[in-house]
Amino acid sequence: MQDFLWSNDGEIIKRLQNKIEQLKLEANSKATFLIDKSGQMVASSGDSNEFDATSLAALVAGNVAATDGIAKLLGEKEFSVLFHEGENEHLNITLVDGKLILVVLFDDSTSLGLVRLKMKKYVKIIADILNESSPNNSIHQDIFSDITDEDIEKMFRKGS
Amino acid sequence: MSFINYATKEINFKIVYYGPGLCGKTTNLQYIYDQTDPTQKGKMISLSTETERTLFFDFMPLKLGEIKGFKVRLHLYTVPGQIFYDASRKLILKGADGVVFVADSQKDRMDANLDSLENLIDNLRENGFDYNTIPLVMQWNKRDLPDIESVEVMEEMLNKRKVESFEAVAIKGIGVFETLKSISKAVMMKMK
Repeated sequence: MQDFLWSNDGEIIKRLQNKIEQLKLEANSKATFLIDKSGQMVASSGDSNEFDATSLAALVAGNVAATDGIAKLLGEKEFSVLFHEGENEHLNITLVDGKLILVVLFDDSTSLGLVRLKMKKYVKIIADILNESSPNNSIHQDIFSDITDEDIEKMFRKGS
Repeated sequence: MSFINYATKEINFKIVYYGPGLCGKTTNLQYIYDQTDPTQKGKMISLSTETERTLFFDFMPLKLGEIKGFKVRLHLYTVPGQIFYDASRKLILKGADGVVFVADSQKDRMDANLDSLENLIDNLRENGFDYNTIPLVMQWNKRDLPDIESVEVMEEMLNKRKVESFEAVAIKGIGVFETLKSISKAVMMKMK
């Protein structure tokens, strides 16, 4: 997996975005997220701005990685579903094809059963989209081909 | 694993601060966090014990400028330095684009530095990376303390790869941004 670059064109991201919007509606949930295993947010349902999506992605990926570590210690291949039950809001987390993490945030206006059923459906749909598209290692060269030390210096002058 | 999102025009890089317990990894992140404009940073998350030792990781996202219309963002992580948290360290290296090795310059911490470096090499290998090629920067921290090793000794013992290195006093911010800039350059130059 070293040097593997998850470099999607906008089209694939849009398709994934579209699917998780549909999942949000069908499961009657509050928000849905698709995160990669190293903690990057791939797509999130439209009105998820009220959440700190970047932090959420890092923490969910850490959570999944830790659970994966526990599974391996116990001789399990993986624990493919995680459920966090809160007082008002709950999270159901599942792996897509071992590559991405699908997260549904929901409250008592829906049920865990419905959320699980719909997630199962969309895990397959998302996996199919991923399998159709192979990560492209060449696109990024357009962006970085002529980058200079000075370009990077400039970013820091603006950034800090 | 750098992440390029063509839909939102964003590029994210994951940088991991590695090193022995109490060498100053979290202090590096804290200083960057404190000195950065609020519009350029997200929340800093520290998963630590009651005694403020890192339990799982610290995390902060940092927005830089743009390259060819793409917003560049760094995701900075630290690992827990204490020996018995090895399983966690391994997880955090997953998908890293670059590593900063923070070494404690005090003479009596040289063994801990060497153990941690050895552990980094092993854990990189287990994540499918090669220590000899991954973007790496060394930081010799705590240069203000008495009884420290000379920079020559630090280089000889810990920097066999001869990557760029910086003297630092992270708690006062000395060397912190120089280190960050250097690893950012190394990571982006590797994308060429």
